[in-house]
Amino acid sequence: MKKWFIKTQNKSSPSGSSDSRTLDPLNPSHISLSSDASTPRTLILHDTDFPDSSFSLQPSALSPDPLTASPVPLTLRKVLLTTAAMLFLLLLTMTVALFIGSADASYNKLWSLLHRTLTPEDPFKIILFQIRLPRILLAGLVGFTLALGGVVFQALLRNPLADPFVLGLSSGSALGAVLGIFFGFSFQIGVPLAAFIGAVATIFIVTSLGGRSLGAESATILLTGVIINAFCTAIIIFFIITATDSRLHSMLFWLYGDLSQSYFSPLVFLGPVILIVSLVLFGFSRNLNLLTAGEETALHLGVEVARTKYICLIAVSLLISLVISFSGLIGFVGLIVPHLARMALGSDHRLLMPVSALGGAIFLIAADTLARIVMAPAELPVGVITACLGAPFFIYLLKKKGSRWERS
Amino acid sequence: MGTILTLKNVGFAYGPLRVLRDINLEIKPGEMIGILGPNGSGKSTLLKILDGILPAQEGSIALYDRPLQKMKRRQIARRIAMVAQENHFRFSFTALEVVLMGRFPHLQPLQFESHRDLVIAQEALSATQVADLAGRPVHTLSGGEKQQVLIARALAQEPQLILLDEPSSFLDLKHKRAIFQLIANLSREKELGVVVVSHDIDLAAHYCQKLILLKQGAIYAQGEPAEVVTKENIEAVYDCPVLVDQHPITGRPRISLVD
Repeated sequence: MKKWFIKTQNKSSPSGSSDSRTLDPLNPSHISLSSDASTPRTLILHDTDFPDSSFSLQPSALSPDPLTASPVPLTLRKVLLTTAAMLFLLLLTMTVALFIGSADASYNKLWSLLHRTLTPEDPFKIILFQIRLPRILLAGLVGFTLALGGVVFQALLRNPLADPFVLGLSSGSALGAVLGIFFGFSFQIGVPLAAFIGAVATIFIVTSLGGRSLGAESATILLTGVIINAFCTAIIIFFIITATDSRLHSMLFWLYGDLSQSYFSPLVFLGPVILIVSLVLFGFSRNLNLLTAGEETALHLGVEVARTKYICLIAVSLLISLVISFSGLIGFVGLIVPHLARMALGSDHRLLMPVSALGGAIFLIAADTLARIVMAPAELPVGVITACLGAPFFIYLLKKKGSRWERS
Repeated sequence: MGTILTLKNVGFAYGPLRVLRDINLEIKPGEMIGILGPNGSGKSTLLKILDGILPAQEGSIALYDRPLQKMKRRQIARRIAMVAQENHFRFSFTALEVVLMGRFPHLQPLQFESHRDLVIAQEALSATQVADLAGRPVHTLSGGEKQQVLIARALAQEPQLILLDEPSSFLDLKHKRAIFQLIANLSREKELGVVVVSHDIDLAAHYCQKLILLKQGAIYAQGEPAEVVTKENIEAVYDCPVLVDQHPITGRPRISLVD
């Protein structure tokens, strides 16, 4: 009975398919078990059930049934090709975003830019490379991290609706930032630092309170996050109410995500850190696959569950704390982008993680470009754009597909 | 062949609650062992201890002469596979992807499944008679099919021992029979050790070579089905009047309820 199980050479042979379709796996007619107590029980496979040795048990390639799509497992090649395609899309988006904005890039300006005839002091050049480029790069890094964080949290908590802020670190970092703005810290160092300290303090509190359950229950962590959220929000409201006009404006912008305060200096540090931590997280991609099937299942299959959860949770939370310190709170990226990637590509995290991360970068660059031009020359917080795009889209998806996250 | 798993005086307690005590057990290749007992008698806990998920707080467990508790999950998963009662697939995976998960303990962290892994997974799907479901998302499968896929995943681990937790619960008569036949055949053909926890005494007595009857965390009786499934044992353990007779064809013990 070893002969009949895989045959790839005649995938397209229609005879193979009809044979296998008629094979009812549980129908005992092709398996008979002698149940006579005097003879040992044996499995008899009647030859007639397998008419020829090149019999194909891959009917899916031929079957019109959409549920039995061709089962091709993930290959490194597919991951690399898809990632390369996403990188290309990202570069394209960045290029387009660079030339869109309230300072119009006329044909002449572009021409002279390409021919290097602009002086370094030309305002157009300054806008492009001193203002827009760092902003696009920051948007890309933030989107990358938020979407990656969404994927990882959704797997760790086995909840497709988890977002990167579930540990309550959004409110922790918001509290830090609001305090920073209230006391007039600089937007280059002071406010991000205060936000980061707030987020890290939250992670510390949540993991030390819910820490014992890291290896088993996720509910305690979620609840702790919710409670911290409520507490921090109350304090934030207090400071917002007592804040003066200009600071109030800054606070509200921070709370809805603001990428306008972008400089090259933090990017030099953010870029490599995000890259390295992402690679470490990618090393856990297959562990995450198994975790989504259940923690006990993952243990049975050989995953060191507690270690995986702990490392991923801490790494992702720190990374997110770091980027939102510079960007403010931007919702929906970590929810929508992984959702789309799942629908298009399935649930394998080896593909899901790079595609979501790059997709998040593309999405946020596009959203921030919109934020720059919708009310030009005035600007919207980018979080307003992501929420305005994200919420209706999400409702549409839920209504159309239900809450189950499946391949379409 | 040597013994796969050896338990000596194993005991376990959840806090002050003693769940298992003085369990002595040897599991050999090609042997199918059924664990019986009423609810709360420690069956599932014993299964988790056999897989090393719960530590044996007393006594010792050896997997081929190596202490189980000193082994990494990956090392254990290459030798012991568990078919647990799991029915929640919140993320969408195809049957083939689920079975390929069984290759996890054999692969390095960033290694992709090779052609050989794919062959092993497809072989496992064929062995459990569900090769034609390879491309189907698991949550669209029926209870019986899902169970077959999970057994295929266990086979893909290429284990020496398979543990099954109530593999036939929620299945109808035909599928119960099919699953137990499948397990019995695999055990015999692949020289696998099999431990199956079951509430169905008849089914276990029909297919297992050896039965273990648990009562309040201790082994009340063990041995061949005819020695274990007796009127006295069943009534003492389950606290319920029964009639035990012989199956007219197989001669195995069979129980019926009496008022």
